[in-house]
Amino acid sequence: MGYVINRLLQGLTVIAVMAVLVFVGVYAIGNPVDMLISPEADQAEIDATIARMGLDKPLWLQFLVFLKGAAHGDLGTSFIYNEPAVRLILERFPATLELALAAILIAVLIGIPLGVIAGLKPEQPTGRGIMAVSILGFSLPTFWVGMMLIMIFAVWLGWLPSTGRGDTVSFLGIQVSFLTVSGLRHLILPAVNLALFKTSLVIRLSRAGTREVIGQDYIKFARAKGLPESRVILVHLLKNMMIPVVTVLGLEFGSVVAFAVVTETVFSWPGIGKLLISSIVHLDRPVIVAYLMLTVMLFVTINFAVDLIYAALDPRIRRKESA
Amino acid sequence: MMAAATATAALDVSVETPLHRLVRKFVANRIALSGLVVFAAITLLAVAAPLVAPQNPYDLATLDIIDGSLEPGMTNIDGKPYLLGTDEQGRDMLSAILYGLRISIGIGVGSTVIALVIGLALGLFAAYSGGWRDTLVMRLVDLQLGFPPILIALILLAILGRGVDKVMIALVALQWAYYARTVRATALVERRKEYIEAARCLALPYSRIVFGHLMPNCLPPLIVVATMQVAHAIALEATLSFLGVGVPVTEPSLGMLIANGFDFMMSGRYWVSFFPGITLLVTVVSINLVGDHLRDILNPRLQK
Amino acid sequence: MRYGLTGTTALVAGLLAVANPALAADLKIGLSAEPSALDPHYHNLVPNNAMFTHIYDSLIDQDANQRLSPSLASSWKALNDTTWEFKLRKGVKFHDGAPFTVKDVVFTLCRVPKVPNSPSAFTIYTKSIESVETPDDYTLVLHTAKPYPLMPTDLSTIGIIPAGSGKLTGPIVFKKAGCEGIEGYPATEDFNAGKVPGSGPFLLKEFVKGDRLVLTENPAYWGKKPVWDTVTFKPIPSDGPRVAALLAGDVDFIENPPSQDLAKLRKDKNLRVVDGLSNRVIYVALDSADAPTPGIKLPKNPLHDARVRKALSLAIDRKAIKDRIMSTQSEPAGQIISTGLFGNNPALKPDPYDPKTAKKLLAEAGYPKGFEITLGTPNDRYMNDEKVAQAIAQYWTRIGVKTNVDATTKSVFFSRRGKKEFSAFLAGWGAGTGEASSPLKSLVACRKPELGMGTTNYANYCNPKMDEVLKQALATIDDAKREALLQESLALVAADTGIVPIHFEKTPWAMKKSLTYVPRVDQYTIAMEIKPAK
Repeated sequence: MGYVINRLLQGLTVIAVMAVLVFVGVYAIGNPVDMLISPEADQAEIDATIARMGLDKPLWLQFLVFLKGAAHGDLGTSFIYNEPAVRLILERFPATLELALAAILIAVLIGIPLGVIAGLKPEQPTGRGIMAVSILGFSLPTFWVGMMLIMIFAVWLGWLPSTGRGDTVSFLGIQVSFLTVSGLRHLILPAVNLALFKTSLVIRLSRAGTREVIGQDYIKFARAKGLPESRVILVHLLKNMMIPVVTVLGLEFGSVVAFAVVTETVFSWPGIGKLLISSIVHLDRPVIVAYLMLTVMLFVTINFAVDLIYAALDPRIRRKESA
Repeated sequence: MMAAATATAALDVSVETPLHRLVRKFVANRIALSGLVVFAAITLLAVAAPLVAPQNPYDLATLDIIDGSLEPGMTNIDGKPYLLGTDEQGRDMLSAILYGLRISIGIGVGSTVIALVIGLALGLFAAYSGGWRDTLVMRLVDLQLGFPPILIALILLAILGRGVDKVMIALVALQWAYYARTVRATALVERRKEYIEAARCLALPYSRIVFGHLMPNCLPPLIVVATMQVAHAIALEATLSFLGVGVPVTEPSLGMLIANGFDFMMSGRYWVSFFPGITLLVTVVSINLVGDHLRDILNPRLQK
Repeated sequence: MRYGLTGTTALVAGLLAVANPALAADLKIGLSAEPSALDPHYHNLVPNNAMFTHIYDSLIDQDANQRLSPSLASSWKALNDTTWEFKLRKGVKFHDGAPFTVKDVVFTLCRVPKVPNSPSAFTIYTKSIESVETPDDYTLVLHTAKPYPLMPTDLSTIGIIPAGSGKLTGPIVFKKAGCEGIEGYPATEDFNAGKVPGSGPFLLKEFVKGDRLVLTENPAYWGKKPVWDTVTFKPIPSDGPRVAALLAGDVDFIENPPSQDLAKLRKDKNLRVVDGLSNRVIYVALDSADAPTPGIKLPKNPLHDARVRKALSLAIDRKAIKDRIMSTQSEPAGQIISTGLFGNNPALKPDPYDPKTAKKLLAEAGYPKGFEITLGTPNDRYMNDEKVAQAIAQYWTRIGVKTNVDATTKSVFFSRRGKKEFSAFLAGWGAGTGEASSPLKSLVACRKPELGMGTTNYANYCNPKMDEVLKQALATIDDAKREALLQESLALVAADTGIVPIHFEKTPWAMKKSLTYVPRVDQYTIAMEIKPAK
């Protein structure tokens, strides 16, 4: 119990420290009024606008106002859209979520078979080839691949649309695009693009897993028993190597969401990443702060959950910490 | 690599050190070795850019927009050839790439080295002093590694603004934790080994034990992590510049050149973006080949 | 006339099938910038102003050349120097069926200053109104404190919303300090949700921010009916993907294709590109103050000397910039208001490329060896902004003025410019009113922001003689006399190179061959004006 409270306090401290850093940092940059106001406005109009946005108050007072709002779940109102920043982000979150899930699915579907093959034949050209591809996958910058995908599949071949999300339908109360033909066609390129990096990761994980499992006695035993190779691989091998792969992918999910910033920018995918980048460009401070704070909270929660699970599995950690 | 090798040579231990073993095994692999050669060549070109580049692409007096948008291999009115073509300002792309490499590699290697020094110091400090100091450092490390790098970079750059120095700060902040963790783990293992015990019994000074004995043995795993990190840093910098939060347009790295050239790509002037892209690719792949092989050597479980 | 097919959609053959050509009565448009809201009084910005005209009418329309034409007001005139009378159109209905009367106009004028959190309010267009009279349901009389010739132009920017959208407590009485009889106004998000009806040719169907904005035809529209049943706007801010979307057939029409792609798009048999001069001038401002300036490391500011400013202007090859950097999407400029707009002075030609005279002028001014200067520029605001700045830096360096380009993203640029950190900067000005007083007032009038003069004059240029003529122009109701005074002001600025005009941007639009569009000076993309090609 002491361990849980310890970790919880730690998480809350992180959130508090980040709130101060992010708020002070973001509110110290640039002058949003210069960006937003009509250049024909006179001084009185400029002053009125500054006051309307609360930017005439000293920074510490603005921070207190922010904290007061945050206590009620209000992280400020967008300068540009005049809507609560949290709502703007939540409106767009399903798009990012859908993209991230699609990317992980692709990474698993492509990565595991390739990884297993590479693990079974580490010294043969196939195995080496797959590893070379995975190095390429690690090395290719996502934005560059995105551009190439658009050039090839949208412009030259004209097979797939280049931007946007296509038609969406409501599914369990959220707007999704994978259930419509147009939506699915729009989803393919960005999902493949985002999946690139994680596919390489899955290839590596499943290769390492395969090599480790293949040396175990039960595999040797299964082979010795004369079970067909396909059955050995499908049942015994996959079952045992999937656990670490799934664990790592679960942990990596947050980073896929964060990395979606790049893919969303290239493909004009209307998710939270694109919102963040345009908010940075237009100095929409409340949205930047709200995005960063929500993501920090998401990660603190994920990390907290991971810690709890580990602690539950390994009593030594608990004892060491409370000692 | 060279610096590390010299450091090991200074050691008065005659048995093969982990580092020697690493070098010997590394040289045996051709792919990894060629990766190293390619990267060394690229680095050399980048360092020597002012000497080998046909033009100083940022000296406006040498540019003429009349020479703008020449295709690769074309010559201008005075018969001056442009091997990789020019951008719309009449800037020689080959020169721009060489200077861009300088910035990209400079940022990648520079931030890695700084982060390595910080991480090494903190890791050794944590391992050697133990107790609450150890806990504090390792908590920070856990915290840092709990967040995806791109998110931390975006937070920092949203606050700091654009600039080569700012990208460096962000990249250092991203990387130090990897080193600190690696160093601490290795150091904890090494600390228990006999030669450290022996050194202690000889009452050698604290600094001599840490720097003369503990540190050299921590280096091999560090070198692996650092190699991979250089590639990561270069690629991440390119991504950040593409997103518009990285280096300023007046100091274009390879990523910035690619982003600038993308608009031209659609209009058929592929060379403005294509060649920087290829250069970035070759650089990152060659480093990754090296790092990948180093890691294989050091991972005992994969050794037959 | 209805155009082509209606209604049904063809099934998409397969996942990877080539996209079907859009149905004729549906139109998909790729926008380079998304409106931040559909509230016509929230944010005075080109994408917002262009968008709201689909849903809301103004009293007066601006046509493709920003000339005024009747809309909800069927006619107007100045009764005397400080009184304007507008006759309103009869028989107009809002989307909810409510009839349009003068009450709606007064309600709208009352709301303009009352928009919460407005980042750029429309009050600059309504503040000259001192009092309002409504002799009958279809007549509006406005009084100003001083002669104000721009009243009709200003009102053309205000979208009219129905009085029924607010909470009324009695008859509406216009008061400058705050109206009587109104308890509440519709909120900005009510507009985005389609809750505030307009009287325009389209209705809002759906606004999914960052993804799409869908309009459907207003069947009861009072004016000429648009040819489109449904118009979908998709925001695609990146240039490359926007062009790719047109090439791939995802959209039928895009605004602002990047200049370097135009040659290729023009050659494409399936596409059409149109372009026209915009009301935007790109200029270089030079700090003319008689005081040391941050970007030049000299005890005295060389730019204070008009000869130096003239030299810097003569050093620039505007034609080469047009051909090489702008892909001919510009017209070299010798003044700050575009050719053909009200007040443009045809006698003012662009400065020729003359580096010899430039060097001579520098020597005469006491700088035979030149000096070093930093030129600030945004890199994501105007067409090829940073590239134009780099080209200018090349030319200046060649006459001995060693130039460093300081290019930053627009948010940083505008903040730093506001702090007067630049001795020289490149920027642009779009004449929102479509006539010369707009740039004159903001860019070159002596800086008195409290009076709304020189609001963007961060170069400290001040020519009292010009100010005097301009002031006279701003108080002259007679159009011919006013135009002559504006032309004189422009000549006075040009005489001592108070500002260095570079070029007027040409705005391009690209579309399928089956469509046409008449280029608009104000750079608006308006679906009503997109028509099937004959």
